[in-house]
Amino acid sequence: MYPAFSVLFFTTISGCGYGLLFLLGLSLAANPLLFVRNESLLVLAAGTFFSAAGLTSSLLHLGQPQRAWRALSQWRSSWLSREGVAALVSFVPVLALAAAIWRGDSGAVVRVAAVALAVMAVITVCCTAKIYTSLKTIRAWHNGLVLPGYLAFALLGGAAMLWMLLAASGSDDALVRANLPAIVAILAAACAVIKREYWRFVDTTPAGSSAESATGLGRFGTVRGVEAPHTEENYLTNEMGFVLARKHAARLRVIALVLFALLPVALVVPAMLLQSMALVTLCAFVVVLGVIAGTFVERWLFFAEAKHVVMLYYAGTRAQE
Amino acid sequence: MPHANLKLDEPVGDEVKTTTCYMCACRCGIKVHLKNGRVRYIQGNAVHPVNKGVLCAKGSAGIMQHYSPARLSKPLLRVGERGAGEFREIEWDEALALATRWLGDIRTSDPDRLAFFTGRDQSQALTGWWAQQFGTVNYAAHGGFCSVNMAAAGMYTLGGSFWEFGEPDWDQTKYLLMFGVAEDHDSNPIKLGLGKLKGRGAKIVAINPVRTGYAAIADEWIGIRPGTDGLFIGALIHELLVHDHVDLDYLVKYTNAHYLVVRNPGGADDGTFARDARGEPLCAARSSPSPARGGRPGWGQSREDASSQGGPHPNPPPRAGEGAQDALAGGGGKEQPSALSPQPSSKTPSPPNPPLEGEGFKVVPADAVGISPLVVGEFTLPDGRKAVPAFQLLAERFLADEYASETVAPQCGVDAATVRRIAAELADVAFNQAIHIAQRWTDSHGREHDEMIGRPVAMHAMRGISAHSNGFHTCRMLHVLQMLLGAIDTPGSFRYQPPYPKAVPPANRPGKSRKANGALDAAPLGYVHAPEDLLVDAAGTPRRIDKAFSWEFPLAAHGMLQSVIRNAWAGDPYRIDTLFLFMANMGWNSAMNTTQTRAMLAERDAATGEYRIPHIIYADAYWSETVNFADLVLPDTTYLERHDCISLLDRPISDADCASDAIRQPVCDPDADGTGRDVRPFQDVLIDLGARLGLPGLTNEDGGAKYPGGYAQYIVEHERAPGVGLLAGWRGRDGSRSGVGEPNPHQLDVYKANNCYWHAPVPPAGRYYKMANRNYLTWAKSLGFVGSTDAIVLELYSERLQTFRLAAQGHGAQQPPERERERVARYFDPLPFWYECVESEQPVFYSPLVGESARSAGEGAAHGISQASVAGETTTPFSPSPRPSPLKGEGEEQFPLSAITQRPMFMYHAWGSQNAWLRQIATHNYLYLHPDTAAAHGVADGNWVWVESAHARIRVPARLHAGTAPGTVWTWNAIGKRKGAWKLADGAREYTKGFLLNHVIDDLLPAREDGYRYANADPVTGQAAWFDLKVRIYASAPP
Amino acid sequence: MTMLPPPSPKKLGLVIDLDTCVGCHACAVACKEWNDGGQFGPLPDENPYGKEPLGVWFNRVHTYEVRDEGLGARGQGEIKSSASPATFPVKPPKSAAGSDPRGRRFAGPWPLAPGPSPTMTIHFPRSCLHCETPDCVTVCPTGASYKRAEDGIVLVDEDKCIGCKLCSWACPYGAREYSEVRGVMQKCTLCVDRIYNDSFEEIDRQPACVMACPTRARHFGDLGDPDSAVSKLVAERGGYDLMPEMGYKPVNKYLPPRPRRDGCGRVGVAASGAAEEKVDLSTASPLLRWMDRILSR
Ligand SMILES: Nc1nc2c(c(=O)[nH]1)N[C@H]1C(S)=C(S)[C@@H](COP(=O)(O)OP(=O)(O)OC[C@H]3O[C@@H](n4cnc5c(=O)[nH]c(N)nc54)[C@H](O)[C@@H]3O)O[C@H]1N2
Ligand SMILES: Nc1nc2c(c(=O)[nH]1)N[C@H]1C(S)=C(S)[C@@H](COP(=O)(O)OP(=O)(O)OC[C@H]3O[C@@H](n4cnc5c(=O)[nH]c(N)nc54)[C@H](O)[C@@H]3O)O[C@H]1N2
Ligand code: SF4
Ligand code: SF4
Ligand code: SF4
Ligand code: SF4
Ligand code: SF4
Ligand SMILES: [Mo]
Repeated sequence: MYPAFSVLFFTTISGCGYGLLFLLGLSLAANPLLFVRNESLLVLAAGTFFSAAGLTSSLLHLGQPQRAWRALSQWRSSWLSREGVAALVSFVPVLALAAAIWRGDSGAVVRVAAVALAVMAVITVCCTAKIYTSLKTIRAWHNGLVLPGYLAFALLGGAAMLWMLLAASGSDDALVRANLPAIVAILAAACAVIKREYWRFVDTTPAGSSAESATGLGRFGTVRGVEAPHTEENYLTNEMGFVLARKHAARLRVIALVLFALLPVALVVPAMLLQSMALVTLCAFVVVLGVIAGTFVERWLFFAEAKHVVMLYYAGTRAQE
Repeated sequence: MPHANLKLDEPVGDEVKTTTCYMCACRCGIKVHLKNGRVRYIQGNAVHPVNKGVLCAKGSAGIMQHYSPARLSKPLLRVGERGAGEFREIEWDEALALATRWLGDIRTSDPDRLAFFTGRDQSQALTGWWAQQFGTVNYAAHGGFCSVNMAAAGMYTLGGSFWEFGEPDWDQTKYLLMFGVAEDHDSNPIKLGLGKLKGRGAKIVAINPVRTGYAAIADEWIGIRPGTDGLFIGALIHELLVHDHVDLDYLVKYTNAHYLVVRNPGGADDGTFARDARGEPLCAARSSPSPARGGRPGWGQSREDASSQGGPHPNPPPRAGEGAQDALAGGGGKEQPSALSPQPSSKTPSPPNPPLEGEGFKVVPADAVGISPLVVGEFTLPDGRKAVPAFQLLAERFLADEYASETVAPQCGVDAATVRRIAAELADVAFNQAIHIAQRWTDSHGREHDEMIGRPVAMHAMRGISAHSNGFHTCRMLHVLQMLLGAIDTPGSFRYQPPYPKAVPPANRPGKSRKANGALDAAPLGYVHAPEDLLVDAAGTPRRIDKAFSWEFPLAAHGMLQSVIRNAWAGDPYRIDTLFLFMANMGWNSAMNTTQTRAMLAERDAATGEYRIPHIIYADAYWSETVNFADLVLPDTTYLERHDCISLLDRPISDADCASDAIRQPVCDPDADGTGRDVRPFQDVLIDLGARLGLPGLTNEDGGAKYPGGYAQYIVEHERAPGVGLLAGWRGRDGSRSGVGEPNPHQLDVYKANNCYWHAPVPPAGRYYKMANRNYLTWAKSLGFVGSTDAIVLELYSERLQTFRLAAQGHGAQQPPERERERVARYFDPLPFWYECVESEQPVFYSPLVGESARSAGEGAAHGISQASVAGETTTPFSPSPRPSPLKGEGEEQFPLSAITQRPMFMYHAWGSQNAWLRQIATHNYLYLHPDTAAAHGVADGNWVWVESAHARIRVPARLHAGTAPGTVWTWNAIGKRKGAWKLADGAREYTKGFLLNHVIDDLLPAREDGYRYANADPVTGQAAWFDLKVRIYASAPP
Repeated sequence: MTMLPPPSPKKLGLVIDLDTCVGCHACAVACKEWNDGGQFGPLPDENPYGKEPLGVWFNRVHTYEVRDEGLGARGQGEIKSSASPATFPVKPPKSAAGSDPRGRRFAGPWPLAPGPSPTMTIHFPRSCLHCETPDCVTVCPTGASYKRAEDGIVLVDEDKCIGCKLCSWACPYGAREYSEVRGVMQKCTLCVDRIYNDSFEEIDRQPACVMACPTRARHFGDLGDPDSAVSKLVAERGGYDLMPEMGYKPVNKYLPPRPRRDGCGRVGVAASGAAEEKVDLSTASPLLRWMDRILSR
């Protein structure tokens, strides 16, 4: 599948945003006074900003963005529609929480709003993942490892950002010095495990369809394309015929792993030992960059390595193959 | 609200007009829907006899052709060098005045100095006649490089032919052999027909080195080696003869198989028919029709006394279950040697003992009825000469080992068992599955018959056979195969399309001399009947610029457009003044050796500084490659903007059951489409020019224009002979006459009101056996198709070819010059034979001439040759140097692969690439080859390779295709384009990746001993031998 | 509405006969022409005269080859040449790729027996199959992609489409095409604007591609009605679904190439026996047989 920048950007950034909102919601639900007011507001604003930025970018991907509102209508069948609805609904707890925190509430209202926020963040990320996993046409997406992956990456991004934001805003407590870095490291490891499993799945699972079943001509022998209907690319081949050389894929997988897993783990350890808050903040910042960049590469691969069944019709007739 | 704007009842447009498609030469009926004055939709016309509503890809894309940005819009006068494409737009008056001046000068000095060649012309009834009025012999259309082998072989054998003059009996055939057909002119009818065959479960066998298109859906694919069909067909004949699976009754009734051929080696009458005092050909017949020696019936013959009922197929041949099986199993093989003439065993068959006149035999006129002719034996004529029936000569030739399945198998790449099986299948279907139609009819001798018997095996062939230098004889051999099976114009077999059959060959001979008014005595193209008809001077030198109808290419019935530029450039046989071309892309895909061809167009004479071809006028509708080489460009309209006429006097659109003709009417107005185009229909322009030149037939007594209304007026009013005009429908003042009748002033209106076509159904009793069917011939005569209702005898043996051979052997008044004798004698064999394609037969050069220069210039470009030519043709004068001496006998090894092209169904030659839709299907082409061929050459799918012939080389992308015979490589024709042509953007794939095989096809054959080089063409007909090309390939880096 | 409607008894669709299709692209271009100028158009072409033209088509024709050495034996597909499969002397060129072997000879003998290799060439038109349970409809967030309750035709309401492309991702058959030019998804409409069109003559109420197809390899009708001509054809010829494993239940059916025959029209004719029968030409001149033949004209 063609890795369109807007989509990659959207899923990466909004994933971090929802991860952040989720962690914020979770924390405040557990302890509304966990953060000082400004910290809470900062995290809330950042989470909202990132999720909204991602959403906006995904609108750019549309051919008719002015009609985007229509996308809210088909939530009964469409995960994309559900994602839109969920994203919009998430703004309700965001606003409620913001208002409550602004007013200095620390009671039930904050807890309820925080729980709602956490739930909506998870739902939204799940919806996003479901858009992909529901596509039977793409083996690399239509499997059980995609949803955990999306959730884990959202959490990882969110945790890294939370760490960085708290550190940058001057917090100097166990949360920033120990808990969050530890969580980040664990999440990074979890992402690495999920991704490794995913890649193994992608590499080893045979496609459910073949040129033979696509054409129904398998009963006569092996099917190979001789001539495509058009000598140049068309929408299908551009959109779904993205071809990535195995060599490149392997390299990019390593790069992704280094950025989203190795780098965070490697920096979290010194960060936990370092005295200087400035250096801890720097570490957190680099971790965030690494996670975002790593996730971006991972997302790029998620698309680039995904083979759409329709390309079976073009088997053998495209120059890149 | 689901889909608020869905409109289920929206009309297509606001107006609909019928006309005829021109996206190819098939000429289907179309309905053009207009909306707000623009073409909205073109659909096939369901009532039209040609396409019955279907429409091919090109036809549907006609709308984009009509609005193509590559349309010419104004007359152009060259201002730069030829080939540079620098023009000044001029007004029509200036353009016509200039053309009139050039042509007027020629006409008063020497009309032959005009070479008027009209390419893919659908108005040859006008253009040929115009040339005749002008008085030049130098006229032809594209037939000479297209399929004249097929046409000529048919006309000189059957008085009809494949091509679009005949068709398989789609409704009844049970077995179709298709030789070398990728698309055909009859595009849609063939596809409709194949669909019908599929529906009925008839078997289709495709003989073709490539399995695509029609061959893809065939039941059986025979991937033959190019150029060897004659061996395959010969072996089929061999098998049929060996097994006695031949319809001798049919042969003696409808062919000249029983005619006695004089055997007098060295004599002036050798190989001619024995004739009586009145000149009637003779045959040997039994004096008593009773079975004198207990002969047994064979194929196609009844067990009863065959003569008792007379007429064609008096008795049905054995049908399935009535002894057919045993006939099959028995064949002729269990034949006991006749007691009469025990022969020593011999590998090659030797003739039986001569029966003696009086011993139950007599010599009688061969065309007599009620006789029982003999087809074998040597007979002594009353004057003492010896003669044998033509059939025996044929049998001797094809029974020889040369045509045995085992012999041909390795040569044509079809194993012997397959050949034998196909032969047996043909025989089985023809004889055991014969068709009987209860239909009374009268034969040309006046005998009544109750039924029509059909041999439901049909054959069809096109350029896969004809575009070889052995195509004439191969095609003739195919017709002989049909005759042996009794499968010409019977139910289920090949059928003539009216106005065919005509006399063998048709009566019209090419015009030779000029009348007082300067016009030729006959149209420039026609059928040479005898050496006397050739267009040669006293020394035997060609009189035509293309050397058609000369001793080099005596039966070049369609002329040789492919030789014109070379000959005009070389001044061989003479210099011309003006080359006037109409819709022939001679600077590109219509030319062999394209690079040099363009150079020749642009070369100046060193002595005078003038162009070697002083004037070039070109009428095209689009910016084709050739436009840049013209001095004066006359822009034509698109096909939706003019009147046109698809005449029975030209290539007809009839089918076997109906004679048809048609018109085009303007459905759009070029002036009104807002683009400011100032274009005129070429036919109008030609008529205007004729009037300005004062040509007879185009001017009135007072010198005024006879047809100021242009072509539309000409179509209606012009009479070729009294009552015969371009259109056969609704003639007579009141429109009540068909075929022959006075001009009808409202004729075009009636056509327009009737879907733009006219058709006349063949009467039911005339549907088959047209060549000897009085019902048909009477009908045909009434429409002016034939001159008499006499039977047309199919020529198994061609005495006419023999007369040329005799001339070459020193007999007769008109003899070839010394240097042509051997060649004429060889190729004018009265019986068909196979020979290796001429190019491969001759010692092959390896000359790096063009390839070398091109290579350095073109290195790094997609196809070296065309790139090099850009410089060559515009700046450096081109001067071919003499070739180095040949490396003898190295052809096969040096250039082991056959390279051929196929028509893509979605493109028409060069026109398609300007079409926004069609070019999306293929902006460029590949060289296709079998995986084994590729492996042998170290080529992988998608690699670039050099394709190199003895002439030149090009670099092309290759693709694997298992449906290609190993040893053959092929590509789609005419996809590659010359940079700048057809108004495509820079870097268009057609320029950079698409390629033209023509670059590596030489237009000349390797030199004769004395250095002379013949055109790369069939030595009988002058048919361009596109598919003789031999190449080698080797991997290359991408450009 | 992107919920699928309840299954309708009427299932309009196409039946495409791969046994007859010659790959002429007529259907594809007729479709383009009909729809380009109609209410579902234009079908934009980007760069139509440029380097890499790219356009929207609702119907595209592929060419495949199918190879199986054992086909002849199974009586399916291509017959096998009765001789051993073509042997082509494999001679690697002496020159390395790219270099010029000019002047060098390929050692002969070059292929003399390029017999038919057991291969089929199949032309394969591809357009929307108007599936019964297609995800292309359910994934659509806007309701633009929908399946008609009355006849099962799958359409896009361009006025609602936001151009998210998701439906094209959900279609396994590549039936949906998108162009930046219009920003909406486009696809085969089964010529819904023709088949019910009261402003047309009866015979024109058919899809444009079906009307154009020169071999009549395309058939249109109600596949929900077991008595319809198309249903019967499917039953007779073993019409099949593409990628049934996707579970989309295509309505359109493909008719497989018929078993190729190497015998003649009738099965079991003794013809092949006759073919193998040896005639001994050595004992007598074959011409003699015709000496005694009584012919008449
Ligand atoms: N290698 C190879 N070469 C071949 C062949 C092959 O099989 N292999 N086939 C040969 C054969 S059989 C043929 S017939 C030729 C065909 O080759 P051409 O006849 O040269 O090819 P076309 O592309 O048909 O181009 C004829 C010209 O007619 C112009 N034209 C189109 N419509 C109109 C119109 O309405 N009015 C006017 N005035 N002009 C118009 C086109 O713009 C074009 O320039 O190619 C030959 N060349
Ligand atoms: N779509 C479309 N239709 C056209 C045209 C077009 O350009 N496009 N052009 C029109 C014109 S001008 C013409 S002349 C006709 C030509 O109509 P065809 O004769 O059908 O055209 P070609 O493509 O030249 O086909 C030649 C076929 O012969 C095969 N072949 C080559 N050599 C041999 C051989 O030695 N033996 C056998 N058995 N087969 C061989 C090739 O593989 C190919 O399939 O088509 C007309 N119709
Ligand atoms: S075959 Fe196609 S291009 Fe040729 S006349 Fe018919 S519809 Fe037109
Ligand atoms: S073919 Fe594709 S677009 Fe058509 S209904 Fe099926 S899934 Fe949808
Ligand atoms: S592209 Fe249009 S039709 Fe397709 S899913 Fe998106 S909104 Fe629906
Ligand atoms: S049914 Fe209509 S829209 Fe669909 S492919 Fe055929 S012509 Fe195109
Ligand atoms: S029009 Fe008919 S024969 Fe041609 S490609 Fe389409 S389905 Fe096949
Ligand atoms: Mo042609």
